Amino acid sequence: MSQIISLTPPLSDKTVLELRAGDQVNISGVIYTARDAAHKRLVELIGKGEPLPFEVRGAIIYYVGPTPARPGEVIGSAGPTTSYRMDPYAPKLLALGLKGMIGKGNRGKEVLEALQREKAVYFTAVGGAGALISEWITSSEVIAYEDLGAEAIRRIEVKDFQVVVANDAHGGDLFKEGIERYRSL
Amino acid sequence: MKTVDLNEVTGRVADLCGKANCLLGEDVIAALEKARRAEQSPTGRKILDQILENARLARDKNAPLCQDTGFAVFFVELGTEVRLQGEGTLEEAINRGVARGYKENFLRKSIVRDPLNRVNTGDNTPAVVHLTQVPGDRLSLTFAPKGGGSENMSRLAMLKPADGLEGVKRFVIETVQIAGANPCPPIIVGLGIGATFEKCAWLAKKALLRPLGSRHPVAFYADLEEELLDLVNRTGVGPQGLGGTTTALGVLIETHPCHIASLPVALNMQCHSARHLTAVF
Repeated sequence: MSQIISLTPPLSDKTVLELRAGDQVNISGVIYTARDAAHKRLVELIGKGEPLPFEVRGAIIYYVGPTPARPGEVIGSAGPTTSYRMDPYAPKLLALGLKGMIGKGNRGKEVLEALQREKAVYFTAVGGAGALISEWITSSEVIAYEDLGAEAIRRIEVKDFQVVVANDAHGGDLFKEGIERYRSL
Repeated sequence: MKTVDLNEVTGRVADLCGKANCLLGEDVIAALEKARRAEQSPTGRKILDQILENARLARDKNAPLCQDTGFAVFFVELGTEVRLQGEGTLEEAINRGVARGYKENFLRKSIVRDPLNRVNTGDNTPAVVHLTQVPGDRLSLTFAPKGGGSENMSRLAMLKPADGLEGVKRFVIETVQIAGANPCPPIIVGLGIGATFEKCAWLAKKALLRPLGSRHPVAFYADLEEELLDLVNRTGVGPQGLGGTTTALGVLIETHPCHIASLPVALNMQCHSARHLTAVF
């Protein structure tokens, strides 16, 4: 367990290259939410050569579809969703300069290769901790695809969002290393 | 004969949707606390702390434990001496309750009308309703919202009878290893053994309703549950798949007679947010 690293996007290549699988990171500042349906639309825009609804360069995307906010609240419960479903889309966003993704679960080979090629990083947050993570979100605004409801793209501000580097830009894989360390079958 | 008004069913269902999504069962909390004490990985312990803190926050703030408030699955036991009164079917009354409960309690609507065209129904209906008739004058409705992340990692295999007990064990270990970090471990393994293709999957889901820490009534299966739990925890998957000694909080088995040619086995994967609540009339 190392000390906790604080990060604020946009992230530079230099910052990303300093991160290693297993690092504990607190993210503060602006990040963007997107999951299955929003990714499909983003990649369709890329295919048509049209601009995306937010600046992808240096950005962090959080894979989440929150519950509706109750009156007086910023956002509902907002834990990470399973990331592999975004694997078919992620390399195209990484090629445009996306520097970080937050989700839960393992990534496929194409994404892991893209992390190294494009110098980016995959963070994992605690899946199922939706009520806790919503406490770290200080503002939320839908910026695209409102018709998708929970799947709309939101610009959210976070304060000390606790994540762990699961896959770094050097091929480090915390899932693989962690499981090997504790396997006794 | 007992008469139950379907409007009352709708009201109780709406109430169940709100409560079950914000309240983790005492059995799950006890299992998480036990796992926290035993977990060898420091990262794993931190994750288990966050999961327990999340459960406290959800309870105190009446907030959903997880943003995936699930597919609304119901296990209904309808007594032979219960007469339902009111408009339409029991399933329609349940669906009206789900629509109301998910709206009033600010729960996420996660159901699309068509699996390929994928337009959201907007009210989290339709529910999946499993109806069983039982003796007596009791109507019980167990609501078990099921998240997509863990459901996606579930598996079914039609083993050969010759595969036997060892085949079942291999299937469980393999399924847990393939799932890895995806189903939000620590998981609960619901295991159906026997019956037919479709009923085996139903058994696996039904198994998840038994409280964690309870022993299977048949000694052979009680021992098998313990052995499988030990094997699953030795995969090293650990909390959130980042490595550790807590991969599962429990293994729960349901069996049923099966065909001389078959050995169906189904694993319904349940995340740590194992929510279910029952209303009895």
